[in-house]
Amino acid sequence: MKRKLVVIGAGMASGRMLEHLLAADPDGWDITLFNAEPRGNYNRIMLSPVLSGEKTWDEIVTHDEAWYAANRIACRFGEPVVRIDRQARVVHSNRGSAPYDKLVIATGSAPFVIPVPGRDLPGVVTYRDLDDTNAMIAAARPGAKAVVIGGGLLGLEAAAGLRQRGMEVTVIHLMGHLMERQLDPAAGYLLQRDLERRGIRVHCRGSTAAILGKDRVEGVLLEDNTGYEADLVCMAVGIRPETRLAVDAHLEVARGIVVDDRMVTSDPDILALGECVEHDGQLFGLVAPLYDQAKVAAATLMGQDAAFRPVQTATKLKVTGVDLFSAGDFADKPGREDIVFRDPARGVYKRLVIEQDRLIGAVMYGDTADGSWFFGLIKDATSIAPMRDTLIFGPTYQGGATANPLAAVAALPPEAEICGCNGVCKGTILTAIEGGATTLAEIRATTKASASCGTCTGLVEQVLASALGDAFEKPAAQPICGCTDLTHEDVRRLIKARGLKSMPAVMQELGWKTSCGCATCRPALNYYLLADWPGEYRDDPQSRFVNERNHANIQKDGTFSVVPRMWGGVTTPAELRAIADAAEKYAVPMVKVTGGQRIDLLGVRKEDLPAIWADLNAAGLVSGHAYAKGLRTVKTCVGSDFCRFGTQDSTGLGIRLEKRLWGSWTPHKVKLAVSGCPRNCAEATCKDVGIVCVESGYEIGVGGAAGMDVKETERLAKVATEDEAIEIVVAFVQLYREHAKYLDRPYKWLAKVGLDWVRAQVVEDRASRAALVARFDLSQSIHQRDPWAERAIPQARAGFAPLADLTREAAE
Amino acid sequence: MIWPTSNWIDIGALDDIPRRGARVVRTAHGCVAVFRTQDDRVFALDDRCPHKGGPLSEGIVHGDAVTCPLHGMVIGLADGQARGADSGAVATHPARVEGGRILLDAARLIRGRAA
Ligand code: SRM
Ligand SMILES: Cc1cc2nc3c(=O)[nH]c(=O)nc-3n(C[C@H](O)[C@H](O)[C@H](O)COP(=O)(O)OP(=O)(O)OC[C@H]3O[C@@H](n4cnc5c(N)ncnc54)[C@H](O)[C@@H]3O)c2cc1C
Ligand code: SF4
Ligand code: FES
Repeated sequence: MKRKLVVIGAGMASGRMLEHLLAADPDGWDITLFNAEPRGNYNRIMLSPVLSGEKTWDEIVTHDEAWYAANRIACRFGEPVVRIDRQARVVHSNRGSAPYDKLVIATGSAPFVIPVPGRDLPGVVTYRDLDDTNAMIAAARPGAKAVVIGGGLLGLEAAAGLRQRGMEVTVIHLMGHLMERQLDPAAGYLLQRDLERRGIRVHCRGSTAAILGKDRVEGVLLEDNTGYEADLVCMAVGIRPETRLAVDAHLEVARGIVVDDRMVTSDPDILALGECVEHDGQLFGLVAPLYDQAKVAAATLMGQDAAFRPVQTATKLKVTGVDLFSAGDFADKPGREDIVFRDPARGVYKRLVIEQDRLIGAVMYGDTADGSWFFGLIKDATSIAPMRDTLIFGPTYQGGATANPLAAVAALPPEAEICGCNGVCKGTILTAIEGGATTLAEIRATTKASASCGTCTGLVEQVLASALGDAFEKPAAQPICGCTDLTHEDVRRLIKARGLKSMPAVMQELGWKTSCGCATCRPALNYYLLADWPGEYRDDPQSRFVNERNHANIQKDGTFSVVPRMWGGVTTPAELRAIADAAEKYAVPMVKVTGGQRIDLLGVRKEDLPAIWADLNAAGLVSGHAYAKGLRTVKTCVGSDFCRFGTQDSTGLGIRLEKRLWGSWTPHKVKLAVSGCPRNCAEATCKDVGIVCVESGYEIGVGGAAGMDVKETERLAKVATEDEAIEIVVAFVQLYREHAKYLDRPYKWLAKVGLDWVRAQVVEDRASRAALVARFDLSQSIHQRDPWAERAIPQARAGFAPLADLTREAAE
Repeated sequence: MIWPTSNWIDIGALDDIPRRGARVVRTAHGCVAVFRTQDDRVFALDDRCPHKGGPLSEGIVHGDAVTCPLHGMVIGLADGQARGADSGAVATHPARVEGGRILLDAARLIRGRAA
């Protein structure tokens, strides 16, 4: 007698299982197939081409009526199963029931809907089945606006499809870069750039607060208060295994329905497969492993031995013209090494992750032709030791006798392009070498190769080395760190010239050799981006040194010091009282007068910082930035107000300067002083900027120092009025902000650019001075805010406290 | 009495730690720094640099390493070993993420060195 098989869910996994079962055992079973959707099995992954109009529905149906009829399957489509009665071995649907000997649950997964207000409005759809797809197609009038929430695989395919149908599309993504589960930030950046070129707007780090609309959807509001108009909202933020039936039937369910290697659930007569299952702690969201499960489930039903073993999967995005590939494990771990290749001109990024001579992961963007070859190396765990040096160039470079990069360059034909920016080919460079050029600088001067973006510098050097042999010496320009060959100055210039506005953009376009930089380059890049793109670049606290991240100076025992601003070194009894109260309340171990004319509270515990700041804020005191690469102090002397020798109001000028400059980030710290007469009690002649007042006006000196080097200031200008003195100081600080290398104090920078050039920009050329001042003020409109006040609020305080306290946990 | 060999304790949500950042967990045997990498893996190490005891939780996290905030020693997060020319090591503790929560094997932390 035939046994009764009931299958819940006519999706991709169960469809494949039925094919295997019927092929091996066509007459063994009476099969009943329930499906919640009013249709049979189709190729769900091809919904995206249907959405974009590149395919029709008929083309993606895998099992049609004729197929089900020929295999005598009782189809109950549009009839969701609502309950499994394990005792009676019967499943109940909304309309009837069916008894079983064996039951297979293949209910797939359900789209996750974020619980925000407005999620039920008409016009809000998810992206899972044909009905969703048709709803989107119906809404897609050209010019209408769509917002896609979720920048993963599904969301981006939806976005690209809707865009192709003429909609104005915005993608909102919670994370810092698109498809963060499959791509690293570099590849995510390239993807975003390509999508933006197609007219898709991308908003990363966007958290949806509400979906707005009266009778139907009208817009989406984010938590940062950005709003986007929308005629259609597609929510594609993730999926959850559809386990409700199994839970109600008291099968073992973790995140998914738990199955063993044979796809059997905790009930020996019930199997499960597809996206609804969890195997060995793992969930599945791509079809490749589901097809393996289908094979195993069919074998189990036939009483054969089979075991499911998850294999590596590779990801591609089905958006025409977007080329990306990711496979394996590309996390940084000890013992792993990266090989990174970037071709900024073509927008290509490739990263291979190697562990013990095996390739274990790959991410590629822009050129994925070698993807399947790399994927093969990953799956087969092939030893890559013999081809390591040229591995990144793909299979066409392998197998030759000359597996080294220099030989690869030597083998290039003369017409091979070396410098993409200036269109210089290898032959041109060789001609220049024959003409006597022996250094990179000479090649740059004669051919322009490597003279623009500079990323082909390494290649040009290899051409030189292969042509000249030992006669070529690599120049010793100091790169920022091991992550790049470029110097600080190169990077600053290129950030501006090429409009690079994010850290992944810099790392990609300038060919960084590591995936996320290091503790040397990240703070520098963070500063450059902050200084060059105020308003557009978002500060990255994780790329700041501890003191700037916590807005306090770390001490040798891990406590912090707190130094409030004391404008121009002037204070009041009320401020002193507030400082004294705070010192007592938080049991500050040392209260010290600093060399910068203010008071330091040393030894404060990190978790007390927000509270002590709140107390000081309440008395009108703000952060003194004693920890910052930014304005520190403006020391003053008593000046004409009290001193019998004072010629001008040095105290007042110092306070005005401090109020104008505080809060600005600079390449290194900046210290000022204003003395009321040439006796110079404020020590103005050894500050980054020092003003000495005289009867006839103000002498402005710059480039002083009194730390590791002692330097006397040099005269920048002498002016008659306070206002002009302030303008010149502001312009000078801005010029320094825009040009100096990170961690160069002004005196070091001046030694490189020369005081004359600086004087021309900030003193002589009035228009340039005004423009510098305007740019500084623009930046201050964003950066001049008290960081303590921003962190003294309750929501921010948690970040300063321990994540957990286990001191009171007892051992069992 | 037999001590448990593992004792996974939920210490907070993954999102309580910024990517490329760290938070500390206070224990009877000193603070433990819990790091989150760019790609969402977590590691737990004693929050004491082998050089002069600097709080590693305050360092810059890059790849799978952290640079100590006090004098710049680079420590591998998975093995606690100093990188490059430096030598020294700090104790690591088993940690994992499950359903967006961070779990720490606290058996050793609670019973400490007594076992
Ligand atoms: C508190 C203070 C010493 C004091 O008790 O007086 C001090 C303390 C520190 N100084 Fe200083 N400097 C202090 C005035 C000075 C001065 C004098 C001045 O500003 O008039 C100088 C010489 C002037 C100069 O900068 O040219 C000075 C030259 C340095 C240097 C060397 C800078 C250089 O370019 O050569 C460093 C190291 C650095 O910045 O890299 C430094 C670094 C430090 C650090 C931040 C060391 C560190 O990285 O942890 C100390 C932090 C202590 C803390 O936790 O608060 N400190 N330091 C002074 C704070 C002034 C303030 O109110 O903000
Ligand atoms: C737009 C889109 C693009 C995709 N692109 C790719 C891709 O490029 N590559 C890739 O590998 N994967 C892709 N996927 C994922 C892939 O489609 C799924 O992994 C696969 O379809 C899962 O198969 P399944 O059988 O587990 O579930 P499904 O195919 O979802 O089938 C489950 C069926 O069960 C039915 N069901 C649920 N509950 C009940 C019930 N109580 N009673 C009766 N029936 C029920 C559902 O209606 C559904 O028809 C994509 C998915 C989507 C939506
Ligand atoms: S001189 Fe400055 S850096 Fe050196 S110990 Fe004193 S405060 Fe610290
Ligand atoms: S304490 Fe960590 S490097 Fe010195």
